[in-house]
Amino acid sequence: MINDIVSWLGEAANRDDIIQRLGEHVGYALLATGIAALIAIPAGMWIGHTGRGRFAVVNISGFARAIPTLGLLYFIVLWLGPNLSGDLAFLLPSLIVLIVLAIPPMLAGTYAGIDEVDPAARDAARGMGMRGSQVLFKVEIPCALPLIFSGLRSALLQVVATATIAATAGLGGLGRFLIDGLSVRDYPQMAAGAVLVAALALAIDLVVAVIQRLVVSRGITGRHRTRRDRAAVRSTDDSLSTTTVTVGTVN
Amino acid sequence: MDWFTSHLDDVWELLVTHAYLAGVPLLIGLLIALPLGWLARRFSWAYPPLIVGTGLLYTLPSLAVFILLPGILGTRILDPVNVLVAMTVYTVALLVRTVADGLGAIPDDVRLAANAMGYRPIRRLLGVELPLAVPVISAGLRVAAVSNVSIVSVAAIIGVAQLGSLFTDGFNRDFFPPIITGIVACGVLSLVFDIVIVVVTRLLTPWTRARTAS
Repeated sequence: MINDIVSWLGEAANRDDIIQRLGEHVGYALLATGIAALIAIPAGMWIGHTGRGRFAVVNISGFARAIPTLGLLYFIVLWLGPNLSGDLAFLLPSLIVLIVLAIPPMLAGTYAGIDEVDPAARDAARGMGMRGSQVLFKVEIPCALPLIFSGLRSALLQVVATATIAATAGLGGLGRFLIDGLSVRDYPQMAAGAVLVAALALAIDLVVAVIQRLVVSRGITGRHRTRRDRAAVRSTDDSLSTTTVTVGTVN
Repeated sequence: MDWFTSHLDDVWELLVTHAYLAGVPLLIGLLIALPLGWLARRFSWAYPPLIVGTGLLYTLPSLAVFILLPGILGTRILDPVNVLVAMTVYTVALLVRTVADGLGAIPDDVRLAANAMGYRPIRRLLGVELPLAVPVISAGLRVAAVSNVSIVSVAAIIGVAQLGSLFTDGFNRDFFPPIITGIVACGVLSLVFDIVIVVVTRLLTPWTRARTAS
């Protein structure tokens, strides 16, 4: 099987195809996650900062998780597809599904990140004379970044996985190799496509993890501490590290 | 509604298969994740590789896994075993971290008190630490249950019959009733799993109720 995959990937005839499909897949993922982020992250910040609408966030993210992605995809494609013409009929409904699926993890991550900021830090910021917006941008958002990134990663993986499935509804991207290979029983093509999709998902996750490392303050992640610092915070660390928030599920 | 009532038997059969494909891996996955999570908590060198490794497994898109597993396991592509294995992998990937964090959240005083009462490490783990970690583990299991129900339906694309088959069927015929039935049935199944987990958790943690009652 490995030989089949390697020889399929190595064939010169497939190279242009692979590059084109890879580009499409990355394009869909960035476009859908980007649009979703523009909606979800400000909304999550507002809800986390003001404390209004918490109930809605918890329920939306719980409810969204229970809807099977495949069912949602086919429902929206069948519903919107006939109203659109040309290439748009294939592209837009799938893209809408990707955006809809990317919103809940980022909304929940942003909200939870801001909501879980230590009240003492918030009070200290106010005590220093910061206004509401300053507290949000200088204290709450930096502290919330790890969870915001965790939501972003969930959303990206969800979008990459669902874009693959959306190939059955006419979307381009790497999913085409899996679906076209399946329809003609060409296992090497399917398997090679599956390897490419898996590699893309891992690569995207890695890239975001690196960005997260660069962006998130060391004071929050606790890296590069001296030995004395570490001994001092060990007792508090234990209680902090136990607050894990499941921001979203993918696939 | 007419479509649903006239296909009640078919839908029920698909629902049962779906429950089997999503539910059995939940149990096997929990049984695998418990020792792995304990390992990650017990030996600090084991924590990073286990958490990163299971995290990477979870990033793999489901359709890719469903297609690659037959090549790895030597099974036929339509074999439901592929789905069972894939879902077990996803469950383990979600739960190892939960178990490790659940065990890690137990206060040191509790551990010391158990030691003072003469508990040996294994009895302390099974009799004190694990029961106290049940609420955290159960929260992770609820997430895994809902996510499994959704992921299993993707297997309909490669032809493994379950509730997801209603989606592909409806899509191929440009026909809404099976799709809506499938979405509702998946929701009901998720709800049933959720209720079962919550009830079992309550039975396993009688002390949480004693506290609220007083």
